[in-house]
Amino acid sequence: MRDNTQTPEAQVAQKSKISATGVQVHYGDTHAIKDVNVEIEDKTVTAFIGPSGCGKSTFLRCINRMNDTIDICRVQGKILLDGEDIYDPKVDPVQLRAKVGMVFQKPNPFPKSIYDNVAYGPRIHGLARNKAELDEIVERALRRGAIWDEVKDRLAAPGTGLSGGQQQRLCIARAVATEPEVLLMDEPCSALDPIATAQVEELIDELRQNYSVVIVTHSMQQAARVSQRTAFFHLGNLVEFGDTDKIFTTPEDPRTESYITGRIG
Amino acid sequence: MTFNFLGNPLTLTLLVLSVAGVGYFLARRRAMARAGGDARVLHSLPNYYGMTAAMFAAVPALGVMVIWLLAQPMLIQNAVVPLLPAAATETAGTTSLVLSDVNRVAGGLTLAIEQGVLDAPAIAALRDDPSTLRATLAGVGVALGSEVEPYVLAAAETTRGLEARWGLVRGLVVVALGLAGLALAVRAADPAFRARNVVERGMMALLIAAASLAILTTLGIVLSMLFETINFFSLHPWQDFFLGGNWAPNFRGNSELSILPLLWGTLYISIIALMVAVPVGLFAAIYLSEYASPQLRSAAKPLLEILAGIPTIVYGLFALITVGPFLVSVFGAGGLLSAEGLRDGDALMSGATAVITAGLVMGIMLIPFVSSLSDDIINAVPQSLRDGSYGLGATPSETIRNVVLPAALPGIVGAILLAASRAIGETMIVVLGAGAIARISGNPFEAMTTITTRIVSQLTGDTDFASQETLVAFALGLTLFVLTLGLNVVALYIVRKYREQYE
Repeated sequence: MRDNTQTPEAQVAQKSKISATGVQVHYGDTHAIKDVNVEIEDKTVTAFIGPSGCGKSTFLRCINRMNDTIDICRVQGKILLDGEDIYDPKVDPVQLRAKVGMVFQKPNPFPKSIYDNVAYGPRIHGLARNKAELDEIVERALRRGAIWDEVKDRLAAPGTGLSGGQQQRLCIARAVATEPEVLLMDEPCSALDPIATAQVEELIDELRQNYSVVIVTHSMQQAARVSQRTAFFHLGNLVEFGDTDKIFTTPEDPRTESYITGRIG
Repeated sequence: MTFNFLGNPLTLTLLVLSVAGVGYFLARRRAMARAGGDARVLHSLPNYYGMTAAMFAAVPALGVMVIWLLAQPMLIQNAVVPLLPAAATETAGTTSLVLSDVNRVAGGLTLAIEQGVLDAPAIAALRDDPSTLRATLAGVGVALGSEVEPYVLAAAETTRGLEARWGLVRGLVVVALGLAGLALAVRAADPAFRARNVVERGMMALLIAAASLAILTTLGIVLSMLFETINFFSLHPWQDFFLGGNWAPNFRGNSELSILPLLWGTLYISIIALMVAVPVGLFAAIYLSEYASPQLRSAAKPLLEILAGIPTIVYGLFALITVGPFLVSVFGAGGLLSAEGLRDGDALMSGATAVITAGLVMGIMLIPFVSSLSDDIINAVPQSLRDGSYGLGATPSETIRNVVLPAALPGIVGAILLAASRAIGETMIVVLGAGAIARISGNPFEAMTTITTRIVSQLTGDTDFASQETLVAFALGLTLFVLTLGLNVVALYIVRKYREQYE
């Protein structure tokens, strides 16, 4: 971290983990995100809610530059992670994604063994010096993913053979195995049944001890259950951002109130 | 004979089709009339009634005609053979020779009568001494191999008589069937008649017929090869064919006909071809599917696939005039890599035709097969797997190596096996590029030969289909067929198994 020559922006950013200012995203001719400003704090769960197509997933994918893999997507504005602009040409998006892990809407285990799925990130980043260390990383990640007890006896079995909820927890374990600082979750429970959803939500609450978690969700109950801060997006605008309790009890913006009471969606 | 035209299959077909056309309009009109001119009362659209009538008129009639046309020559032959003297029908070979003479004379006579050179009394006059007939027939364009024997003329006359009579009967039967079908369908054209369903069933029958024709053809190919192969093994010991070490066909007899040197040449050239095609094709596929921009991909993929459209003989010429001489200039006497010092002055490569020449060019030919199939398979790997890998901080090439390729591997193996069966069956490149010497050797700079080219050389020129030197071609062909069929089955099995994973 740089010292006394910090810009005012960096000073603000110090309090928060991620600081986005004036973010605009275009998909071809579509203006998907319009001038969004968000501060995401460390060791907090931040939920993005809003109707379908409001840009919450797009904004999430800006935070680890996953939008770079889409040709027609253009991102403008500034996103600071620990005070450093992640869209600076000096930043390697590949390194950034190791620091900002991501869990997707649909469980996407690789067609490999459970062990190899979790060891994938540590292997490509050279996090383990030897097999014993790698075993340890894999076990720790699977424990954090709350799936260790279910799979410890069949680490060599294919990850695609697990149930949907187990697959999603395996994907979370795979993401935490690279020791990220931020974990982005794009509707991680939308493909899961209520029991698996409850397990993943419990897991998200535990992950808060170590990481800054950002979760996109369609379920307002889920946002209320797991998050401390909530951002409401509507038609590409960030309408309201604040403490979850406040958003759900006394929203300031009429659109937020309409949405959480189910009048728009 | 005023009904002569009925004997001609072409006019008969046209006649039946016009009957069908008439049936179409009759049935349609009748259906409309019985519905009181209101098409909504009909079960089906008026067209369907017409189509039903056309179908009923044309299909059975034409079907009977086709079967009749196929069966008639055999029946006539059976009627003619007893007329021939015993000497002419001693063996199957001579019988078929005499019968072909009889058919040519019969055809020639018909032609001569049509052109007015001969007439019925003139032919009757020739009956005892047909020695001038050869010259007469040559005059109308039918060349005969020898003088016409009286018994051949007699048999030819019988053949003509039978053909004319049966042709007429055939014509009458076919037209009667057509009219009967028409009458049946037109009578049935009624608002309650479900013409639409009948047409639907007719379409299904047509499609089934097309599909079974393809399957039956394959079966026919296999069976014809199988019978000739059995003939071959009755003349030649199978031990020599499968286990011997020499290929030395000799039309005077005493041939050594072993498949092993040819199989070795085939496999050696195919392996070299795959060593060229697999890496290049696979990397091209990876570039096109993972790195290239959509615009580049849409331009480059068709360009690459043009390679697949080049006739293989053109590749053969390329091997003969470009690749071969180039390789000789590198590996031949005085070349950069000729290794002459190491081998007592012998250059590594002495002639342009060699295993390596054919292998390299065949490899170029196979690139589009590997790349196009692999590209499709790599594209079928779900984007979510790539996202998962990128999300963990992997680079594109790490993602491809660790996630995309392992997921696509079964499909890629299938693609390679399909390319291998193409390589094994390839002929023209090998004819021009690999030489014609059958041998088992590990040196890729020597000329060798393959199963396919030997099949060609055994069957070209003046061949006697009773000798083992000719029949061996069928045994070779069947072996090749079994080999490529096996590869294709394995490849399709693998590809299909893979496809199921993501659907």
